Amino acid sequence: MATFLLRRLGHSLLLLVLVSIIGFALLNLAPGGPLSQFALSPGMTQADLDRIAEQMGLNRPLPVQYLDWAGGLFFGDWGASFRDGRSVLSVISGHLFATLLLMAASTIISVGLGTLVGVLGATRRYSLFDQLATVGAMVALSIPTFWFGLVAIYVFALELGWLPAGNMYTIGDQSLGDYAIHLILPSVVLALVNVAIWSRYMRSAMLDVIGQDFVRTARAKGLRSQRVLWRHIIRNALIPMITLAGLQLPTLLSGALVTETVFTWPGMGRLFLDSLNYNDYPVVMGILMFTAILVLLGNLAADILVAAVDPRVRLE
Amino acid sequence: MTERLRVQDLSVHFRSERREVQVVHDLSFTLEAGRTLALVGESGSGKSVTSLALMGLLPPPPQSRTTGSALLEGRDGADLLGIPESRRRRLRGDRIAMIFQEPLTSLNPVHSVGAQLVEAIRSHRSVSRRAAWDRAEELLDEVGIPEPAARLASFPHELSGGMRQRVMIAIALALEPDVLIADEPTTALDVTVQAQILDLLRRVQERTGMAMLFITHDFGVVADIAHRTVVMYAGRMVEAGPTEDILRRPLMPYTSGLMASVPLLETAGTGRSELATIDGFVPDPAAPPAGCAFHPRCAHNRPGRCDVPPIAVEAPAPDRSIRCARWRELAEEVR
Ligand SMILES: Nc1ncnc2c1ncn2[C@@H]1O[C@H](COP(=O)(O)OP(=O)(O)OP(=O)(O)O)[C@@H](O)[C@H]1O
Ligand SMILES: [Mg+2]
Repeated sequence: MATFLLRRLGHSLLLLVLVSIIGFALLNLAPGGPLSQFALSPGMTQADLDRIAEQMGLNRPLPVQYLDWAGGLFFGDWGASFRDGRSVLSVISGHLFATLLLMAASTIISVGLGTLVGVLGATRRYSLFDQLATVGAMVALSIPTFWFGLVAIYVFALELGWLPAGNMYTIGDQSLGDYAIHLILPSVVLALVNVAIWSRYMRSAMLDVIGQDFVRTARAKGLRSQRVLWRHIIRNALIPMITLAGLQLPTLLSGALVTETVFTWPGMGRLFLDSLNYNDYPVVMGILMFTAILVLLGNLAADILVAAVDPRVRLE
Repeated sequence: MTERLRVQDLSVHFRSERREVQVVHDLSFTLEAGRTLALVGESGSGKSVTSLALMGLLPPPPQSRTTGSALLEGRDGADLLGIPESRRRRLRGDRIAMIFQEPLTSLNPVHSVGAQLVEAIRSHRSVSRRAAWDRAEELLDEVGIPEPAARLASFPHELSGGMRQRVMIAIALALEPDVLIADEPTTALDVTVQAQILDLLRRVQERTGMAMLFITHDFGVVADIAHRTVVMYAGRMVEAGPTEDILRRPLMPYTSGLMASVPLLETAGTGRSELATIDGFVPDPAAPPAGCAFHPRCAHNRPGRCDVPPIAVEAPAPDRSIRCARWRELAEEVR
């Protein structure tokens, strides 16, 4: 276990270095560059720009800038936002809660509903329900999230007026119920694609297990069919789903970015787009690194969880 | 002899692509207490389907259709093929149990050996968890697993194939069933382990008096364990009788062919190491040959005799049956 963790930590660090180099290079080599934001200010002269560049260390060679930034990352100094000078970490943590709330709510919906649909589809294979679920999943996967989000706003917020069209809370209210009401539309919209993916994978994982010899043994023992289903079939079918959940994290994050934009949700996705518009490079890079770390941690957690529930898997 | 299970006219049909294919044809046999009946036949002759039908483990209708009867004798006797699934479930694993051909994959990989044993016990008897675990340990000891207390906590992948089959046997024996179906329990194991498992089953049978249906295609094993033998070909009984009689004087050319394809334990090591196999293949159940299903592969095939239906079942002796158009002449020839 200890050697496993050490090795994974090493791999993760290597990956993070790669991500940081690629991200840094892409951002700095793209036309515009960090200074373009300041160049837009009225009355800004070339001399002013040079002075700003000097102050911010932007006139140094790129590799030097990179090492300076990456070293800071390592020791917890992620730089300061170009917009307001606040530290990048505090800017990100200010938006973290909203994103985590959205992702958690939508994960609960997609795992719960996806598992249910997958299990029912596999146990009643080729039934009307199964066929509807198959078509439904295909439709859900072919509709872009932003389109579905806009339609949801139009129907449930504008036409029916049942739910708010955006934001995380009503200013001045901020009760638990108020949060919940605001959470419904964005989390359902974000979950939609993942329900489709999860139910498809769950269905095929179930069918895989149903055909296995040990399921026949369980039935030969005279167990109740519900017990065979839960303890022998679903229990085994869920194992590959844990790994899938880890692998789906990046998809979930990019889905959150779109959803937050559509629903003006004050999370990291919104922050990322705003920061891109402002050419706020430190924050953009900070978010990139933060999500990379999140994804790596998520996959590590998935691997540890798989080892915990599957005795055949040893962490070595 | 006390009858335990009387199987009468068992037929199994499978439905594939809107066609019904019959895989088992009017099979009848009786299992008696303390005795073993061997069901012998090549791969694809319908042995596993027969046992799964008796257990009620075939896919539900309309995918498969089972007819005939299988009367389980004794307290609350019942026709296994006629009672509703809810009732059959309660008999399964309790009065009638089964061990399978594939010891490596027949245990659930994520539950401990103990948990899988205890589950079998507690699903039929309302005993305390504690008592069930004690009984599980006892069972592992009974089937010859060393350090049974420690093995309860083991997971299947930590055990060898032979040990896993012993665990399967322990599960099947957990509630002392009246009838045990063993579907080629040793085929996947090496020869020494095979002998140990056969020995174990024989000892358990002597102690508990259970009736056993033992499925195999190996006449060496048949000679070793079975009191009676039913030879099956393409889903039909082709020859049946006391094992000794059949081994001494097989009447059906298919039986002789099968016997020749396996070195008997006595003849093994006498230099006859080459295995004769029967030429040709088991017919496709969807397109069986007319008349005797074996005639296309039979050296004694006579057109006009063997390929015209129906071939009747005859009784050459009071306790023997044969389904062969020419058995009388062939017996004469040998003499
Ligand atoms: N679920 C099923 N659906 C359709 N056909 C099946 C099914 N199970 C078995 N069969 C067919 O039934 C026939 C008999 O199969 P069975 O498994 O009983 O053979 P067997 O005698 O046990 O052979 P082996 O020695 O290889 O175990 C085969 O032709 C097989 O293809
Ligand atoms: Mg078989």
